[in-house]
Amino acid sequence: MANSKIRIIVAKPGLDGHDRGAKVVARALRDAGFEVIYTGLHQTPEMIVNAAIQEDADAIGLSILSGAHMTLLPRVMELLRANGADDIVVFGGGIIPEDDVLGLKGAGVSEIFTPGASLEYIVRWVREHVKPRGVNA
Amino acid sequence: MNLIDPKKLEHLRRERQRWEATTLKQSLKSQPERVERFSSLSDLPIDRVYGPEDLKDFDPQRELGVPGEYPYTRGVHPTMYRGRLWTMRQFAGFGSAEDTNRRFHYLLEHGQTGLSVAFDMPTLMGYDSDHPRALGEVGREGVAIDTAEDMAILLRGLPLDRITTSMTINAPANVLLAMYVAAAESMGFARTQIGGTTQTDMLKEFIAQKEWIVPPRPSMKLIQDMLVFGTRELPKWNVISISGYHIREAGATAVQELAFTLADGIAYVQAGTEAGLDVDEFAPRLSFFFDCHNDFFEEIAKFRAARRLWARIMRERFAAQNPRSWWLRFHTQTAGVSLTAQQPLNNIVRVAVQALAAVLGGTQSLHTNSMDETYALPTEQAVMVALRTQQIIAHESGLTNTADPLGGAYFVESLTNTMEERAEAYIQKIDDLGGMVRAVELGYPQREIAEASYHYQQQLERKEQIIVGVNEFLVPEERRIPLLRVDPEVERRQIERVSRVRAQRESVRAGRALGGLKSAADGGGNTMYHVLECVKAGCTLGEICDVFRAVYGEYREPAII
Repeated sequence: MANSKIRIIVAKPGLDGHDRGAKVVARALRDAGFEVIYTGLHQTPEMIVNAAIQEDADAIGLSILSGAHMTLLPRVMELLRANGADDIVVFGGGIIPEDDVLGLKGAGVSEIFTPGASLEYIVRWVREHVKPRGVNA
Repeated sequence: MNLIDPKKLEHLRRERQRWEATTLKQSLKSQPERVERFSSLSDLPIDRVYGPEDLKDFDPQRELGVPGEYPYTRGVHPTMYRGRLWTMRQFAGFGSAEDTNRRFHYLLEHGQTGLSVAFDMPTLMGYDSDHPRALGEVGREGVAIDTAEDMAILLRGLPLDRITTSMTINAPANVLLAMYVAAAESMGFARTQIGGTTQTDMLKEFIAQKEWIVPPRPSMKLIQDMLVFGTRELPKWNVISISGYHIREAGATAVQELAFTLADGIAYVQAGTEAGLDVDEFAPRLSFFFDCHNDFFEEIAKFRAARRLWARIMRERFAAQNPRSWWLRFHTQTAGVSLTAQQPLNNIVRVAVQALAAVLGGTQSLHTNSMDETYALPTEQAVMVALRTQQIIAHESGLTNTADPLGGAYFVESLTNTMEERAEAYIQKIDDLGGMVRAVELGYPQREIAEASYHYQQQLERKEQIIVGVNEFLVPEERRIPLLRVDPEVERRQIERVSRVRAQRESVRAGRALGGLKSAADGGGNTMYHVLECVKAGCTLGEICDVFRAVYGEYREPAII
C-alpha cells in the first residue's frame, strides 16, 4: 500500500504545551497506516525543518495553539524553501482565526484544520494530498 | 446508622425487581431505550434510575455530615452561599502590562471581586521577551512580564489590600511571586496585607499543561522553598493551587482529573513536611482548581467526592489536626475544551450549565469562559456575558439559598461514591509506583490521559458522544465573529523595555544577586529569599531562570504518542 511509504512529521512549534490535538492526530494517522514521527513539544521552526529533512518526510503536520502561528508557520515554509524541500506538504491545526487561515495558505501551508475537524476528515485529506516525494502527484 | 433500616431496604429491593419484571418490561417492549448503554461524559455507566437500594451501606453521618464539618461533603462553610457568594474571578491577561492593567480596572468596575492573571508563553517558560524562543509569542496568550517594573505597571492603582490576585504561573512561580511582593511593597503595602494565589503546581505541568524549566525533582525543591517562604512571610498568600483543570483539558476523564489532582496534592503535602514544616502550618492554605465540564451530575459528584477524599487524606494519612487543613477549597473554571468554534453563541449555554454544576458542587470561586475563546482571547463584550452568567446564577436562580441542595439525592450520592472509589484506586496505584513524582517520571499519568483522550475522540467520531454543531446539528456558517487582536507592536515595545531595564540597573548589585542565587541553588539553601533580592536588583525573569537551568539542567519530555 502506498500509505506505508508516506512519512509524516507531527510537530508542535512555539512554546504552548497543548499537545492533546497533536497526539490524537498523530495516533489517528499512525492507525491509518502512515509512518508518523512525533517531535514533541516546544520546537523551533529550525528544529522542525531539520527533523523533516533528516527523516526524509513527505509531510509535516503542525499543531499550534499559542497565537504565534502567523510568525512561526511562515518561518517553517521559508526554511523549507531555503533548503529546497518545499515539496514537503505542510498542514496545520489549532486555534487559528479564519482570516489567518487565508494568510497561512498564501504563505504555502496546504491546509489548516480548525477546532471540530474530525479525525476521519484529516486522515482522508492526508491520503488525498500527500504523495511520496519525488513521485508526480 | 444507615439511611434506611435493613428490613425496609429488602422490601424496596423486592419492589424494584417487581417493577423491572412488570412496568419496566412492558414499557421497554413498546418503547425501547434510545441506546443500549448509557454513560457519563467520562464513560462511567449510568443506570436507569437510582433508589435507596443503591446506597445500601450509606451512612449519612459518616458520608455527608453537615456543611462546614468533616468530611465536608456538603461544603466547607456552614452557611455556604448564604454567608458569602463565591468569588467571581475572570482570568485575564494579554499584550503589555498596561493593556492588562486596563482590563483589570474594567473588570473590577463591573463587579468582579478578584483578579486572575494570565501570562504569555515566554513568561510561563521563563524566557525574556527578547529571547529568540519568544519570537511571535510575546503578549499573545497572556501578559508579558520580564521584570519587577512590568509587574508594578500591571498592578498600578489596584487596591492590593482589598482584592486577591491569582496568578497562573508555575515553573517560574517563585520569580513572579517575588515580583508581586516587590511591587506591592513599592506601592506601600506590607507583606502581611497582600492576598492571592500562585499556581505553582509543577506536577500537573509535567502531566498535562507542559510549561516547564527544570526536571521534576528540582522543581519540587523550588516549591519547598516557596512553601517555607510563604508560610513565614506571607500569611494571606496561597502558595500552591493544586490544579486538575489542565489535566482534564488535556483529555483526562473526571475520575482521572480527581485522582491525579489529589495525588499531586499528597506529593506537595509530603514535600512541605519534608522541608520541616508542620502540616497544619501550611495545609490550610493549599487550595485547588478544577475544571467543570458538560456532564452536570458527574461534575457535581466529582466536587463532592473531592472534598470528602481530601478531608480523609489529610486527617488519616497526614494526621492533620487543624480542621482547616482538612478543607478542600477550590476555584473552578468552566471547560475551555467544551467550547465549539461552530455556532459560538451556543457556548453561552454550555458555560451556564457548567457554572450551575460548579455552584451546586460548592465552588469557592469561578471563572466562566467567554463564547469566543475557541478563536482568540475574549472580547470585552464576550467577557461581560460570561460574568453576567455568574451574576444571574448568584442573584436570580435561587441556587444560593441552601447548602448542597442535591445532597441525599440517590443518584448524586451514588455517583459521588463511584467517583470516590475509582479515584482511590488510582491513588493506590500511584502510591504503589512510589508516589506522584515517580509516576510522572515514568510517564504513567501522561499515558493514561493520552489513552482517555483518544478514546473520547473515537467516541465522537462514532457519534457515541454528541457535540451540538460539531458532529450533529451542523449548519453552514461563516466563521467570523469580532475578535480581540494583540497589537504586534507589543512585542517590540516589550523588548525595548527589558533591554532598557538591563542597561539602567545597578549592574554590580544585579550580578551579586544572581551569584547569591546560584550559591543557594548549588548548596541546597532556600532560593526564594535570593530570588526576591534578584528581582529587586532589576534582574530579569530569564536571567533568574537561567541560573536554575545552569544548576539543575533543563527538562526534556520523552515524546510519546
